[in-house]
Amino acid sequence: MATPENKLAFDDGWQYSPAPESTDHIKVKKRYGLFIDGNFLAPEKGRYFDTINPATEEKLSRVALASEADVDKAVKAARKAYGKWSRIKPAERGKYIYRIARIMQERAREFAAIESLDGGKPIRESRDIDVPLAAAHFFYYAGWADKLEYAFPGRKVRPLGVAGQVIPWNFPLLMAAWKLAPALACGNTVVLKPAETTPLTALKLAEVVRDAGLPDGVVNIVTGAGETGAAVVGHPGVDKVAFTGSTEVGRVIMKALAGTGKKYTLELGGKAANIVFADAAIDQAVEGIVNGIFFNQGHVCCAGSRLFVQESVADEVIQKLKDRMETLIVGDPLDKNTDIGAINSARQLETIERYLAIGQEEGGTMYQSSCKVPKEGYWCRPTIFTGVSQSNRVVQEEIFGPVLAIQTFRTFDEALTKANNTPYGLSGGVWTDKGAKIFRMTQSVRAGVIWANTFNKFDPTSPFGGYKESGVGREGGLHGLDAYLRLEA
Amino acid sequence: MAAKKQSGSGRLSVAKTYKIYINGKFPRTESGRYFTLEDKRGAVIANVCRGSRKDFRNAVVAARKAQPGWAKASAYLRGQILYRIAEMLEGRREQFISELVLQGATARAADKEVDASIDRLIYFAGWADKYQQVFSAVNPVSSSHFNFSILEPTGVVSMLAPNDSGLLGLISNIAPTIVGGNTCVVLASETLPLSAVSFAEVLHASDVPAGVVNILTGYRDELTGQFASHMDVNAVVYCDGGRKVARSVQEAAADNIKHVIARTKTDWASDSAQHPYLIRDTQEVKTTWHPIGV
Repeated sequence: MATPENKLAFDDGWQYSPAPESTDHIKVKKRYGLFIDGNFLAPEKGRYFDTINPATEEKLSRVALASEADVDKAVKAARKAYGKWSRIKPAERGKYIYRIARIMQERAREFAAIESLDGGKPIRESRDIDVPLAAAHFFYYAGWADKLEYAFPGRKVRPLGVAGQVIPWNFPLLMAAWKLAPALACGNTVVLKPAETTPLTALKLAEVVRDAGLPDGVVNIVTGAGETGAAVVGHPGVDKVAFTGSTEVGRVIMKALAGTGKKYTLELGGKAANIVFADAAIDQAVEGIVNGIFFNQGHVCCAGSRLFVQESVADEVIQKLKDRMETLIVGDPLDKNTDIGAINSARQLETIERYLAIGQEEGGTMYQSSCKVPKEGYWCRPTIFTGVSQSNRVVQEEIFGPVLAIQTFRTFDEALTKANNTPYGLSGGVWTDKGAKIFRMTQSVRAGVIWANTFNKFDPTSPFGGYKESGVGREGGLHGLDAYLRLEA
Repeated sequence: MAAKKQSGSGRLSVAKTYKIYINGKFPRTESGRYFTLEDKRGAVIANVCRGSRKDFRNAVVAARKAQPGWAKASAYLRGQILYRIAEMLEGRREQFISELVLQGATARAADKEVDASIDRLIYFAGWADKYQQVFSAVNPVSSSHFNFSILEPTGVVSMLAPNDSGLLGLISNIAPTIVGGNTCVVLASETLPLSAVSFAEVLHASDVPAGVVNILTGYRDELTGQFASHMDVNAVVYCDGGRKVARSVQEAAADNIKHVIARTKTDWASDSAQHPYLIRDTQEVKTTWHPIGV
């Protein structure tokens, strides 16, 4: 109900009825092996781990834990398949990848439901963003397979060999698509390791790969935790490493690869500045702030986690933001009304809560919306910190949760200096009605993606990746091909 | 009516009437005229519509109306629709093969032509969201401006399809034109017109909006002048024309400064016959300037 504290009560006293996505149409097996050489195999050491639903803490399935021996088997399968796959007519290679895209489109709802079950993200996001974008990514790169010479004029292109790829848990299927599609289009074979908390959609993708008739061994999917990932990126038979995850692990990988001459792409952490000028359309900016930090529970490397508001509109923006936060529904990821789902894991929830304590200890003022959260599962209310400064840890460090640090500024230069005062450089946002100001800001912010009067937009045709400690290389678009090719004279 | 033999079971087969394709519909030519397609032994294969100037004008109206909407469709959607055309054509392989054979191709050649046609559609489907990335530019102007040049479709394209390649040649010209957001009016091969009409049926079943592709059959000599001179056409593509035709097309096109794209005799089956410059042929370049500053 609309009260002075809750000015945007859309429900006007009426409650939303539950609108759960049905799950009777999905197929999740009780146990999954490792997808190696076209078959699901039992792990050498016979070890499995549970993957749970973070919204209920219930077990969804048991998944094989790949050891070094399993990874070795996968790399050998990929190596064996490489000869044929890299020499197949490029147009035919493209047609295999188109098949993957089409099958994913056909099975889109099943993928969306499993993604929400396994990872905790709202069904609206998995249904409307993750899954369609993943299919679109395959569709886009399928078309490149026989057009690569146009992407690199004056050079001959050659595939690299076996790509070892390790992906995070925040966009499990989409990250698998980002990794697989360009690698395959360029003629490489792949060993992919999904995150241990979200392996299911990657394993379903293995089924799609099989149904699409790809030759055995072209795509291999090994599940496990950090040790499995280390075995993938450290395997001497891997020619290229692609990693998305924390900057901390990125550093370890880069050191491990030193001297091997192997090509690598790293898509690491971020702490994006979202800059709102007084001349911005304030209501749209508030929506952009909400989308920037609360999208996918804030489990987004490019999240707009540092808000800079011009002083003259700061009170208005913050009040409107609080009003809007009150309307956000935190709860069942499968409910179509849900705005913010479950935190991905108990461990991540601990991390977030630790930062909430740090932020307050350091003198920040914390505000959380008053919504109810379920008893079971892992949840965090949308949170903002005001009264923080550049040196605060909640301003400097990546929290990877629905936590926004708000600061103010007076001039363009002040906003820019503060925005660039970070070791990260993945993304940024700017809100203003002045086009000239947008372009000056996008020229000056040291980050790989800048959104102007929008935020968290993704497209297969658009390159993504970071400056500074946010990574090396780009994924997506024409520039994303570079990572999977050797360019020769 | 296409003449067909009685089938083995004693049942009389039903033959297809070959009509033209305008604005997502299959009318007969408004002129009521026809020409007869005969096989090598002189037997009648079909009575084909002999399209008229008026048919062409109607088709241009449809193409003009459809163009802005088609250009506004996302590149991804246009790519998926082209892919869908390929899917539909794959499903009708047998029909297209037998039609090519009916028009004199060997079974083997027909088989190859249909395969190549499907793959060509896939090839251009893939370009839908890529040609812009290859041909556009951000221009490093000396002043403080953000300056970029992108391609935009020229608009309505009239097209005289290759005469010697009724299906593959047709598709090799239509696909790059429409993938870039243009709409077109096409005159099918005069000697091999049947595949074009059947291809219209494939387009019709592939979520291609009405008016995006319009296909006429008829006499090339009679209609070339119209295709080249129509004042609401932005570009004319003519295939296989000799020097004399080239001159008359360019003269007629000059009245509204139409783009003239001449495509000489080509082996459409070769890989070198497919490239993105076929898309660029019917594109305009638009440059935008925007200040940078506070």
